[in-house]
Amino acid sequence: MNRSRGYIIQGIFVLVGVLFALRLFSLQVLDESYKAAADNNIIQEEIEYPFRGLIYDRNGKLLVANKPMFDLMVVPSQVFIKDTLKFCDLIGIERNEFNEKIKKARKYSLVKASPFLKQLSLEDLAKIEDYLDEYPGFILQPRTTRSYTYPIMANALGYISEISPQELDKDTANYYHSGDYIGKSGIESEYEIYLRGQRGKKFKIRNVRGVEKGEFKDGEFDTLAVPGLSVTSTIDRELQQYAEKLMNGKSGSIVAIEPSTGEILTIVSSPSYDPNLLTGQKFSANFRSISQDTLKPLFNRPLMAAYRPGSIFKIVQSLVALQEGVITPDTKFKCNTNLIGCHNGASHPFGTSEKLVGAIKNSCNPYFYQVMRRMVVQDVDESPYLDAKIGLDKWNGYVQKFGFGSPLGIDLPGEKGGMIPDAAYYDRAYQGREWKFSNIYSIAIGEGENLVVPIQMANFVATVANRGYYYTPHLIKSIGDSGKPLPQYSEKHHTGVDSAYFEIAVEAMSQVVKSGTGQYRAKLQDIEVCGKTGTVQNDPNPDHSVFIAFAPRNNPKIAVSVYVENAGQGARAAAAISGLLIEKYIKRDSARLYFEPYVLKGDFE
Amino acid sequence: MRRGDGIVDRIDWLTVALYGLLVLAGLLNIYAAIYDIDNPAPFFSLSHNAGKQMIFIGVAVVLAISILAVDYKVYDTLSYPLWALFVFLLIVVLFVAREVNGAKSWIEFGSFRFQPSEFTKFATALAVAKYISRPNFKIARLKDAAILALLIGVPALLIIVQGDMGTALVFSVFILVLFREGMSPIPLILGVSAAVIFLLALLVQNHFYFWIPVAAISGIAIFFNRKSVKRMVLILAAGILVIGMFESVGYAFENFLKPHQQNRILVLLNPNADPLGAGWNVTQSKIAIGSGGLTGKGYLNGTQTKFDFVPEQSTDFIFCTIGEEQGWLGSMILIVLFMALLLRVTQLAERQKWRFARVYGYSVASILFFHFAINIGMTIGLFPVIGIPLPFFSYGGSSLISFTIMLFILIGLDANRMQMLAH
Repeated sequence: MNRSRGYIIQGIFVLVGVLFALRLFSLQVLDESYKAAADNNIIQEEIEYPFRGLIYDRNGKLLVANKPMFDLMVVPSQVFIKDTLKFCDLIGIERNEFNEKIKKARKYSLVKASPFLKQLSLEDLAKIEDYLDEYPGFILQPRTTRSYTYPIMANALGYISEISPQELDKDTANYYHSGDYIGKSGIESEYEIYLRGQRGKKFKIRNVRGVEKGEFKDGEFDTLAVPGLSVTSTIDRELQQYAEKLMNGKSGSIVAIEPSTGEILTIVSSPSYDPNLLTGQKFSANFRSISQDTLKPLFNRPLMAAYRPGSIFKIVQSLVALQEGVITPDTKFKCNTNLIGCHNGASHPFGTSEKLVGAIKNSCNPYFYQVMRRMVVQDVDESPYLDAKIGLDKWNGYVQKFGFGSPLGIDLPGEKGGMIPDAAYYDRAYQGREWKFSNIYSIAIGEGENLVVPIQMANFVATVANRGYYYTPHLIKSIGDSGKPLPQYSEKHHTGVDSAYFEIAVEAMSQVVKSGTGQYRAKLQDIEVCGKTGTVQNDPNPDHSVFIAFAPRNNPKIAVSVYVENAGQGARAAAAISGLLIEKYIKRDSARLYFEPYVLKGDFE
Repeated sequence: MRRGDGIVDRIDWLTVALYGLLVLAGLLNIYAAIYDIDNPAPFFSLSHNAGKQMIFIGVAVVLAISILAVDYKVYDTLSYPLWALFVFLLIVVLFVAREVNGAKSWIEFGSFRFQPSEFTKFATALAVAKYISRPNFKIARLKDAAILALLIGVPALLIIVQGDMGTALVFSVFILVLFREGMSPIPLILGVSAAVIFLLALLVQNHFYFWIPVAAISGIAIFFNRKSVKRMVLILAAGILVIGMFESVGYAFENFLKPHQQNRILVLLNPNADPLGAGWNVTQSKIAIGSGGLTGKGYLNGTQTKFDFVPEQSTDFIFCTIGEEQGWLGSMILIVLFMALLLRVTQLAERQKWRFARVYGYSVASILFFHFAINIGMTIGLFPVIGIPLPFFSYGGSSLISFTIMLFILIGLDANRMQMLAH
């Protein structure tokens, strides 16, 4: 009996042996996950961050550069600190902050490096570098942040910051890693894929303490970092700086375009901020204070602020009506203020009959009331209601061709389209009740439901300067060494209005500056400026001051739109600023800049 | 003496060969475990564990030859004194030892140091064999059972006091020996059942999943035994006892085990709960072995062992080196070698005519088996991490020398088995 027990014992031995064999087979042969886990253990991916592309102005002046900085990384398993308080003092954090950061790093990995303190500047580095040897487990990872040569055009340039979880989710190509920087707004965001370059990777082997033990497979999988492409902006740095100086203390926007190319020479959103504030370690604190500022410096007015265009819209109306044939340049209407109010003065008393050019020059509201009525009420249908719908949609089609009513497609994020009403819009607004011309006539003079953004006004005046076409305004004229902008910016857009009609508009705008409402503040010696004022009602607050202009009349070099909020008449602040910018751009150092003190003083009453 | 009748002709060369293969393979793997890619040490050097292991092997070989040369009867004579000596040393250790890894198990004389607990295993085996081989020994007799319990329990308790729970657990394997020598299998079955209940209690979240099958089995058993009231009462009592044990495990676990022991068991059940902390050893050990694949990464090409992800790689976790570098096939060779040795030792034990030698042989087989099963089981996540070495394989002088002595005493006894007839 006991001998058979010997077999039972041998059976137990064999059973365990077989159990081990099966377990090992499943562990080693069937389950592939341990191989991955083993690689994950020993392979340390070292990232070599690429140099982000630079941004230059149109004359090759550097606008945005890279500045070295350092992330202090920690490998928790290697950390050995004798005096934690001393260490906290050294790097300038509180004790509980230290504990939290270590805890976070430990949670990520005991043996892999994770950021402990981000974006140390060279100055921070100088303070701690010499002592860092005493603290094993802390390493410096070089990175770069942006640096801005001039504290200008913050909203157009945009900023970069750490990628958000949402952006990471959207990155289906898996280019980005947590902790990467990404362009968040402006050119930085729009041209991100060109500027970012390509991350280099080195696969190192390391032991359990994170100590490097050579290259993985002799560097077979390593890649070098490829620097991002530098881009050349269309911005004229000097003009931009001057424009920002003029807008200092005011709210509003300036856009200046080179009409022959659509290149944006200057784009100002005021108030703004120093772009250097949104770099480095102070990013979060500064971002909070900037985004909470009641003057909204992050609101990119030239693209986002939809205003009523006011009287400058009368040029659009003239061109549309001429092309449609409902008026001729000689068509006269009486200034009848029973229809709509007018700012009658000595040169344009009540009851004056004006031809088109005169009406533009004097910005006669009743005249354009009549023009609009002829556009909308064309008697093609018996019903006055249906007739108005047909007429309005026809008008809308013309106006859209000027780039109004929808975003132009400029190379900046967040562009708004404004609003040009059509029949469907009023049907909705009147909720099925009937409407006709008498209900909507205020759109005739650029008030009412019309909304445009400043970039559209600038594009419009560039279109006039070109006598009928435009290139979509853009901020980047060359990506890398290509010498070319993105293809869509080399495409000519025609308005469908004869250039002969534009000559009439040009003549009128020239007269506006010479002797009309534009008057003397935009007038320049030797340069024939063509412009149009707008004074946009903004009850109960002071009116907005608007001016669009281009110069010289023949072969125009620059088209500007200036919008100064709550600054009263267009002939004052906006006209003066337009004149100064045109003169500065064309004459450079020999500009007289007569109205500069007037603008800088900022009192336009 | 007739030709072919010398000691050399009588010893079991198969066992010696298996021993030699395991020791050599162990040495090669210890070298692999300490091998540093950046700074490879020469094989023959005393600066590393493999070099030192060679010294230990030399000592072991000398001792093995001496053991074979000595008159086999001396072990019978010396069994109680040896047991007493090592029990004494275990007590001495408690007073003189320095604590290493939470245990006080080393006696040091200058640069020489050894672990009495390793040697106590074969000393206890000899003493148990000696006691069982008494002419009028009866295991069912209370006095005999009590003395056996003392012979096994005293050293085990002293080792527990040292803080070396793993080595103490080895003594539980004598239950196999006693089973072979006629002890009722009930303690064995109860022990295994208790272990199973213990693990189930920790694993099963909803206790009803345990209660329902127990109740069902008890119910069926009672149904088939409904003619005997006594049996029905017994079955009912057993069922209640099982449920009671199950329910009290939580309390026992919390109160009788040290936190690190609790962790080792919890980690076995769910190593992913704390992979960087308590689960580190098991997780890394499984990664190293699992990444070896079918054929392994090649000798000295292991990454997990080379870069220290596996703890205690030349001692308790030496199997990881084989698993990683030699793959499943290499691991199989090792397991087959051990199986062959265990079965051969059992056969040697069975063919002894002298009860002393047979009991001793079973003790050797059982102790080797326990080390093998627990050591490899822990590296592949089948047992809690209990720090005991893989016999003949793991680095360590005390372990290698004591296992060698243990095995060669058996080989010596076996070689002389024919003369024992007269005994």
